[in-house]
Amino acid sequence: MNWFSTIIVFLTAFLAVFWEAAFNGVRHWVGAQIDLLPALMVYVALSGSIGMVTSFAVLGGLWFDSLSANPLGVTVLPLFLIGLVIYSNRELILRDETFAQFVLGLAASSSVPIMILLFLLTTGHEPLFGWGTIWQLMVMSLGGAIATPLFFEFFNFVNRVLGPRTYSESSFRPDREIRRGR
Amino acid sequence: MLLTLTIMNLPSRTKARVKQGIASLFASPFGLTRSAKETASKAGDYILPRGELIKQNDALRLENERLKLQLQEAEKMAKENEHLHKLVGFQQRTQLKLRPANVVLHDPANWWRAVKIDVGTRDGVSNNLPVLTIDGYLAGRISSVSLTSSQVVLLGDPNCKVHARIEDTGDTGVVGASGPLDSEFVEMNYLSKTANLKPGQNVKTSGDGGIFPRDIPIGKIIDTHSVEYGLATVARIKLGANLNALEQVWVRFK
Repeated sequence: MNWFSTIIVFLTAFLAVFWEAAFNGVRHWVGAQIDLLPALMVYVALSGSIGMVTSFAVLGGLWFDSLSANPLGVTVLPLFLIGLVIYSNRELILRDETFAQFVLGLAASSSVPIMILLFLLTTGHEPLFGWGTIWQLMVMSLGGAIATPLFFEFFNFVNRVLGPRTYSESSFRPDREIRRGR
Repeated sequence: MLLTLTIMNLPSRTKARVKQGIASLFASPFGLTRSAKETASKAGDYILPRGELIKQNDALRLENERLKLQLQEAEKMAKENEHLHKLVGFQQRTQLKLRPANVVLHDPANWWRAVKIDVGTRDGVSNNLPVLTIDGYLAGRISSVSLTSSQVVLLGDPNCKVHARIEDTGDTGVVGASGPLDSEFVEMNYLSKTANLKPGQNVKTSGDGGIFPRDIPIGKIIDTHSVEYGLATVARIKLGANLNALEQVWVRFK
């Protein structure tokens, strides 16, 4: 992942957190807000380095917690763990397959909120928790699963259109040119 | 993991400052969103036809006359009320000090019911001040404050418990958390098993508990059921405040 892609990924994460806090339409409609950070983490873990996974977990987690009533830092660890698991197994994953991206998005988007809730409950906090939470987790998982292939498409498009092009050497060499005629 | 543990174990004051510092990064996108909305509404104003504006102006003039009369009437009644209060020896009621505020964001996590408003310590806001809807219903309380914004925990959040009483009977209980999907309803717990509860009865703050002043309306009873083998009663309350559509609120100063 080059510097351009890195900037785009972090900018997208920042805007995703902003969207989750500022626009409440999805919550009104289906009763739960979709979290886009796990879906983005899937892309980062499959395309970036371990340093990128760590910095994404730290920055994304802190941004999310700063706008939420979550204790600061609680989202960092679940995001990092998901990123680490995907990063460690990425040789075995067909990252270009839409179905693989969908399944990874589903798994990441369901695991991260569950881990955060467990973390909150074990550290003595009292989050809203009940039967409705199952529905919310389903909405979050499905939303994240749908968003993951879309993020892959988006980043591939942005890199193709705006990113620096790789220089491909032409097979034509002037010193090997066959001159015809006299 | 080390970073998470370090951050989570920071002193609460430092943690709050770091959190507010990071949240302030989002100030510019919020400003942009607001100015975009304002521009859109101004654009709508420009395309309103002149005839329609004249019609609206006439209607507003009539409304203004009517309100002037009502105001005169209300002033008379206020004087009479004050006089009666003095007569029966009641303590003169202090005027409510209210500060309007805009809701700028909702909590992105589904397991909290909280919003951020655009007033902070520079506007005199401090922790635990009650927050009301525009129609005067209780919405929640201030849970943390920064210079320019504050976080409000709304009714139904486990961190916003209110000691309340039934207006007609005087029975008291605690309005606590609701289900993750029920933003319109909350449960009132610890009501006596002998309490005479009926659907439609008004629920207001009791004034006990040290945070919420007395007599702020909360909502109405929908139904009741017994718990703890009949030893206590729980009432389901329909909130007067529409917490899903909060755009502007009042912060009530003590």
